[in-house]
Amino acid sequence: MTVGVGKKRVAICAVAQLKNDPDLWHTRFQGMLLEILEDLQRQTGFRYGEGGVEQIVSVSDDFLDARTISNNGVQDVLGGQYLAEEKMAQEGLNAIGYANAVILSGHKDVVLIMGHCKESQGESRNLITNCGFDPFYGRAVGLDYLNAAGLQARAYMAKSGLTDDHLARIVARSRQWAAKNPYANARETLPPGKVKASPMLCDPIRQLHAYPVSDGAVGLLLASEERAREYTDRPVWITGFANAMDAFFFGDRDLTSNFALKKAAAKACERAGIRDLKGAADVVEVMDCYAYQQPMWMEGLGFCGDGEGARFIDEGGPGKYRVNLSGGALAGNPMIIAGLYRAVEAALQLKGEAGDHQVPDARCAVAHSTNGPAGQFHSVLILEA
Amino acid sequence: MQKHRKNRNVAIIGIGQTALSSHKEDQNQVEMVAEAVRNALEDAGKTIDDIDCVVHGNMELFEMQFQPDMWHALGCGSYGKEEYRITTGGTVGATLVCASDNLVASGLYDTVLCIGFEKLQEGNTTGGITNMADPLWFRNLQTGALTSTTAMELIQKFGKERVLRAAMKYRIMMDKHAMLNPRAHRRLGLEYDQMETLMETSPQLVGELRLIHMCSQSDGACAMILTSEDRVREGTAKPPVWIRDHETSHREENMSNLYGARKPKSTHRDCAERLFARNGITDPLGYFDVFEMYDPSAFWAVDWLGEFLLLEGDEHLRLLEAGEFDLDGKLPVNPSGGVIASNPIGATAMLRIAEAALQIRGDAGGHQIKKEVRHALASGFGGSLWTVLMILEKEPNW
Repeated sequence: MTVGVGKKRVAICAVAQLKNDPDLWHTRFQGMLLEILEDLQRQTGFRYGEGGVEQIVSVSDDFLDARTISNNGVQDVLGGQYLAEEKMAQEGLNAIGYANAVILSGHKDVVLIMGHCKESQGESRNLITNCGFDPFYGRAVGLDYLNAAGLQARAYMAKSGLTDDHLARIVARSRQWAAKNPYANARETLPPGKVKASPMLCDPIRQLHAYPVSDGAVGLLLASEERAREYTDRPVWITGFANAMDAFFFGDRDLTSNFALKKAAAKACERAGIRDLKGAADVVEVMDCYAYQQPMWMEGLGFCGDGEGARFIDEGGPGKYRVNLSGGALAGNPMIIAGLYRAVEAALQLKGEAGDHQVPDARCAVAHSTNGPAGQFHSVLILEA
Repeated sequence: MQKHRKNRNVAIIGIGQTALSSHKEDQNQVEMVAEAVRNALEDAGKTIDDIDCVVHGNMELFEMQFQPDMWHALGCGSYGKEEYRITTGGTVGATLVCASDNLVASGLYDTVLCIGFEKLQEGNTTGGITNMADPLWFRNLQTGALTSTTAMELIQKFGKERVLRAAMKYRIMMDKHAMLNPRAHRRLGLEYDQMETLMETSPQLVGELRLIHMCSQSDGACAMILTSEDRVREGTAKPPVWIRDHETSHREENMSNLYGARKPKSTHRDCAERLFARNGITDPLGYFDVFEMYDPSAFWAVDWLGEFLLLEGDEHLRLLEAGEFDLDGKLPVNPSGGVIASNPIGATAMLRIAEAALQIRGDAGGHQIKKEVRHALASGFGGSLWTVLMILEKEPNW
């Protein structure tokens, strides 16, 4: 396969994020995006139209916004007035993958990515994710993304030896880092004992093992290599991106196999020219919506062997490989853009702008996202300074 | 204006459609999508193993299926593959082809399969479209996709008698085209001598807009396979159709854009001006051999012909009245019967590109234009009057 990377490179010039909040009742999502837009314009001074931003990739969801064509309602804050705008209607990390392709294709040089989600608006995100199942079998038995995760958690715990104790430690560590991240939602530190005492949400997932309901918005400005310096002195390069799809019905899948994630990671590494991601990555941001997912996705990314998630936690893997220093999705990012937040955090680390959770001299970062029930779909982004 | 440039050329090598109809009770969404995908693979002489990436799109709230690409993985063949889900409203079908073109041109993917679908029977289309409007400012005013403001404007400009006749001429012309297309949904067998009767008897919807002017709501899917120039050179089952360039023009949803006293510039004209200038096309009416236009109602169609083709005054009306948009006219419009005949929304804009490509291939069957088709234009429409426009070519001539 011909690979465009190598000939041309695409840079993330600037990133902006809104503090994740349990309920931004006083702001409409348009207002949230406006803050992001103004932040990006302050950083880069970009303009719209010929010679500036000519393409916008938005990220939102019709269900979560309760509006058909959710991007229609935010055109004025996206700047989509007589310009090209396209909506990534799946997890937002894929917007970076797509924008990368748009720039490599030569079609447009500068692309603005803007994502938003107000999870607090929906009375129940489980009601929404129930509609993610087929109307014949899955919906009728009440499946949603939470109990799908419960099934996967139980299977993965059996395979890897992960216990309630491990899960409590994962959450406690996430909160310690979230306390250093002013943009995280759940920032109060928690002793593992408190996590273990939290009520059972969907066995074996406890209340505190699950990502809290969050409202948020993120933005990124991407440009071709020739144009990047117009907007930043410290570009972050997109060197590899890939995603992959697993089967839909659980009976067709091995829920513990990480089939899609392994495929996505291998392809992203191939595109980035990286043989050993474990050795190359200085920071890793995984989309861990539930505590069991952090070791499981790290296993899928190749940071520990098959079924060794428990050992990975016991041996301090998350600390060693600097996993989710932002607090991760466990500290609260909304659906649809939790992966985009991972990319923003990864980019900040490479820019040296991660504040209290900065890693010294980070050169290579991995951002991961997942979509669909029990990790049916995974995306992996590799960034380099 | 910066000249059009592309990392590498991209061609359409496979086209698959389902029949379009008001009810598809024999198929669920996955089966319907799979039918279009199978048809596209068969058309291209490929198997699903030849596909590197799948691009999927529709509007979630029409079927009330959250992130349908997950369930549809079964019918799309995306298992184990890379996948994107990109949507833009009614324009989505065209956006999917634009996105696939970008993905192949980037060099990251050689062969991409894109799928647009809608099964409107399973939801409430007018409810879904009304739900698009801002709940505070516009929802009280939104009547689904039904509006007669364009009819009103045309009448103010050109007189009632002339405009009503032009709309009916267009509508009956579309039905005559649809009668030649066995896949089209509504095929009524209308004749021009029914014009006066229909103008009076067709149920009134809003103002001058009558039921006969409006598109139907349909079920259906369309799939297309795009590949790189290198792969095309290795040989294709059917003649390749080249994607020369495409452009998208969106607009803000605000009071003055939608209901203002001064009409803002249309996205159709804006998009056409930018696309044609970039590609050095000064006389679109003379250059293109066919135009597949997203025409959800007869009045919109009459108005938009002037905008897309950058015509002034009443030139579009005169051309229509003279039969220049007929199948044997100067620039045949919608030989397929267009959106007025069939509208499975998420597939509709892709069907425009698919039908334009079939015309270039000479593969359109009963509705094939008699003279050779070398240059084709296809449009998508959606959102608050958004536009996607694509130029297709028989040869890579740029």
